[in-house]
Amino acid sequence: MTVALAVRGATKRFGAVLALDNVDLEVHSGEVLALLGDNGAGKSTLIKCISGVHRLDAGEIEIGGAPVTLSSPAAARAHGIETVYQDLALFDNLDPAANFYAGREHAGPKWLPRPLRVLRRQAMQHATTEVLDRLQVTLPDGAANVGLMSGGQRQVIAVARAAAFASKVVILDEPTAALGVRESRRVLDLILRLRSEGHAVIVISHAMDHVTEVADRAMVMRRGRVVGEEIPSPESQGRIVALIVGSASEFADLPHNRTSPHGPTTV
Amino acid sequence: MPVVAQPEPIVAPADHPSAGGDGRYRMLRAALQVIRLGPVLILAGLIIAMWRLSPVFLTTGNAGNVLSQSAAIAVLAVGQLLVILTRGIDLSVGSTIALSSVVGAIVFQRGADGFVVVAVMLAVGAAVGFVNGGFYVWGRLPHPFIITLATLSAARGLALQLSGGQPKRGVTSAVRTVGGGSVSWIPYSAFLMLGVALVVAIMLKRLVWGRWIYATGGNAEAARRTGVPVKSVLISVYALCGLLAGVAAIITSGRLNAGSPTSGNLAELDSIAAVIIGGASFLGGRGTVVNALVGAFMIGVIRNGMNLLNVNAFLQPIVIGAVIVLAVETDVIRARLEERFRVRQAELS
Repeated sequence: MTVALAVRGATKRFGAVLALDNVDLEVHSGEVLALLGDNGAGKSTLIKCISGVHRLDAGEIEIGGAPVTLSSPAAARAHGIETVYQDLALFDNLDPAANFYAGREHAGPKWLPRPLRVLRRQAMQHATTEVLDRLQVTLPDGAANVGLMSGGQRQVIAVARAAAFASKVVILDEPTAALGVRESRRVLDLILRLRSEGHAVIVISHAMDHVTEVADRAMVMRRGRVVGEEIPSPESQGRIVALIVGSASEFADLPHNRTSPHGPTTV
Repeated sequence: MPVVAQPEPIVAPADHPSAGGDGRYRMLRAALQVIRLGPVLILAGLIIAMWRLSPVFLTTGNAGNVLSQSAAIAVLAVGQLLVILTRGIDLSVGSTIALSSVVGAIVFQRGADGFVVVAVMLAVGAAVGFVNGGFYVWGRLPHPFIITLATLSAARGLALQLSGGQPKRGVTSAVRTVGGGSVSWIPYSAFLMLGVALVVAIMLKRLVWGRWIYATGGNAEAARRTGVPVKSVLISVYALCGLLAGVAAIITSGRLNAGSPTSGNLAELDSIAAVIIGGASFLGGRGTVVNALVGAFMIGVIRNGMNLLNVNAFLQPIVIGAVIVLAVETDVIRARLEERFRVRQAELS
């Protein structure tokens, strides 16, 4: 498996707070990596650095083996990294195709300034339908505004949009947090499809069952550091939770239990 | 490699015709469609009612009157629509009409030819709009209400100052034709209004710029994140709204054959009312040029009809006020129905 994304020695400070402390992360194509940790553990800061919202104070990010500078969300997207935040960033007043292509519309002719180009609506509609079909997402009415769709459908659209444009990595922040059982099911199925299509997927989640189900690896952070890595399974759930909450005399903080970035360690 | 699970296809709720549930789903959907068509139906109803009540209403003479009275409001409403689509508001368009009219008349009196007068009038409108947009965006104001309130005051004051408080008689022939002339019974201003509406409608529906406006109004933060140049979009919208106020100034001063500093008084409220009555959402992101036109004509027909029927003139603003409340309430109901629709979909899935 090729390494789609590698982060080495990532460090980020906000004033006196050390949000990321020498964090290493690797995710392979066709792999789902769960990023776990309690609130304030540094998960969000880490994905914001990967998706270009924040810049690292130290450390580097490699995409497909080449070091890159991700100075803005646009730069991250240009490198094939798409992020779905919890707020989904959908346009309720637009249909799925318009949502997919907002800000990157297909339009021409090229000699006109961008705002005055004519939308290629058919092309965008077809491409959107194609992606949704490929990901086996069917919507009640593909032409309806996203605002008329249920929470699960909206989440599926946001994830599918990310998948459509991400050539390397899809990052999902709490994709099942606000969903019921069946709607979560759809999103999890979609994550599995992204994996089988060869995307590298990073999922932040608090739902241990969902992590166990879809993630190939789970990386646990606490207080800005990586404190352990596990292969999620019903058996390892207890250990993962222990890593997250840092119970049992903080054993995970001891240096010999820090994981190497090159493979999972069992604590 | 992990074993790839074979997930079930994600099936849409509407594809399951589950007993009972589907009926309610369809009902909600139908209700939403009626609401969307509501303003057009109401306008059609008004016209039919007036045609029944007054023999004069559908004569060519009166129809021409309604058209020429509504043209300026309609043009303003199209500009206001653009602003409201981005969740904004422009209170300054009425005063902009006055300023543009007065400056146009002054330039004409100094001997400028028609083309220059028209260009200056449009430029004054666009400039006021640009000031609005510029302060709103670069001044990082939380809402455009205040800055456009400021220009409402300032532009009116400037118009009064420049004109010495008196209407400046005489306008260039091109302006007079547009404002007062007609082809058979159809006033030129109606053609101008239709042209403006058509151009803006095409820009909104077919161009990247239009898509950006809807995206900005739907979710400005998401638009910014996905790379829509939200600031430029906002400035362009206010500038264009001002430009259209300049067009309305041409129509208004042509009708008066003068540049008056009192022109366009309260026209901003008519334009906002037209957009809302026509069915666009005050919350941004929803609405079309057709909504703006329908709203403008509803106001025009109500005023004209009540005149024809000899209804007390003081009743007109009350009726229009009631229609505004009705329209806004309908928008609220629409939002509630959409919420129910979403819940229903989640339940059905």
